Amino acid sequence: MRWVGFALLLAGWVLVLSALILLRAMVPRTVFVLAGIAVEVLGLVLVFRSHLISREGRE
Amino acid sequence: MNLLPSHSLTEVSVAICILCTLLVPFAMAGLILINTGLGRSRGVAHSMLASLCVIAIAALVYVILGFAGQGFIGRPAHAITVGNAVWNWIAHEPLFARGVTRGDLTISLVLLLQIFSVGLAGLIPLGSGLDRWRLGAICASTAFLAGITYPLFAHWVWAGGWLAQLGVNYGLGYGFVDAGGSSSIHAVGGLTALAIAWILGPRRGKYSREGMPAAIPGHNLVFVLFGCLLALLGWLGLNSAGAILFTGTETGIVPLIAINTTLAAASAVLAAVVITRLRFGKPDASLSANGWVGGLVGGSAACPFIDPPLAIIIGLVAGALVTFSVEWLELHLTVDDPGGGISVHGLCGIWGVFALGVFGRFPSPVLNVATDPMAGPPIGHAGQWLAQVVGIATLIGFVLPLTYGLNWTLNRFYPQRATAEGERQGMDLSELGAGAYPEFVTHTDEFTRM
Repeated sequence: MRWVGFALLLAGWVLVLSALILLRAMVPRTVFVLAGIAVEVLGLVLVFRSHLISREGRE
Repeated sequence: MNLLPSHSLTEVSVAICILCTLLVPFAMAGLILINTGLGRSRGVAHSMLASLCVIAIAALVYVILGFAGQGFIGRPAHAITVGNAVWNWIAHEPLFARGVTRGDLTISLVLLLQIFSVGLAGLIPLGSGLDRWRLGAICASTAFLAGITYPLFAHWVWAGGWLAQLGVNYGLGYGFVDAGGSSSIHAVGGLTALAIAWILGPRRGKYSREGMPAAIPGHNLVFVLFGCLLALLGWLGLNSAGAILFTGTETGIVPLIAINTTLAAASAVLAAVVITRLRFGKPDASLSANGWVGGLVGGSAACPFIDPPLAIIIGLVAGALVTFSVEWLELHLTVDDPGGGISVHGLCGIWGVFALGVFGRFPSPVLNVATDPMAGPPIGHAGQWLAQVVGIATLIGFVLPLTYGLNWTLNRFYPQRATAEGERQGMDLSELGAGAYPEFVTHTDEFTRM
């Protein structure tokens, strides 16, 4: 889950970069940048959860 | 290739910059005292020595390697062309800062400020790894930060990199702007602190088998609170010098920068005092101290571009963010962060750059608008907030995986966490062989069991 989370973080960033490069109009560009941020948030949640589980596993 | 005009300073700007830059070590001293005070008494000498090592390693590695990747506006850089836009990715300076010549005051000042700044960034993870992070691992991790992570992101923000050029290339305001280092110093340091806290895991005894956190209070709140005052002095210099060097702010704005910096810290500490008083019945000194620094961090990015009332708002939000996020991280996310660096520097740094996008006003031109600093967009350009959001996305989506990956790899070859026995003895005894307070017998039970 941890590495999937980090992959999502990178994927979200790539989505943001792609939005800048491929989209010229302000509204779709903004929407895709925010979508990239949403993917990053999902990745962040997974990474946090993965560390939560591994800590509980050690106890 | 040279992408941007070089930045020349007037004599007055140089004088003020030198004065302000020489104040920055006070910020480092402040952070060292805060980190040390929030740790246990049996790790004080280790914490102080580790802080000095961090500053030393950061300075050396940055000069040898880091500055070659960071560079400065108008200096040689590697770039790729995507569509019609030039994406400046990394500087192309010689190693050992050999590109810094005697006669060029601007670049010398940039190098000096960056040596202090990278040391400051390196001290942030130290607070998150207190009482369990080995000295050798601290040095190696700092080398990664000073040689790779920090220069790369700082180049993108402060040296005409692709984030700074978002305005020119894609019409997003002035591009990503950060005058005092909310992102490039504090958010980078705070995200590295998060990676370190994850990799090291919590201190032994921090969580019960049921997952409930135990309170491990800092051993010396005088250190912590005095550190806050020293930090203010350093931040006044850091924000002022950064604004002049990296955003072309006129020297006449320096008093406003000092006012905004102070107001952000003041409102943040008061927010933390009031919130902890309301929630816990009495104000919490360590959380309030964290709130103070959170206000300094949050106000850094926007300090030359906002009016004092907005600095107060930024500080109030930063103080509230710190108090809630410290508890959230500890209680719900089981992240043991004794120094509070993740909340104070990571979260408030991100808040600071976002606040600049929302509240920032640009009555004077910003340096990083490329070929002609006077050719910036009109005041209040709508794309500015989006540029700031792209910068935040880069911090979370690129810097965090990068710094985690580097430290995870290091941990595979050189375990970063102290042994269980070493942690029980305390970092002073296990790593240095002597405590910081040899005349005082503390933790009798633990010493007699040895």
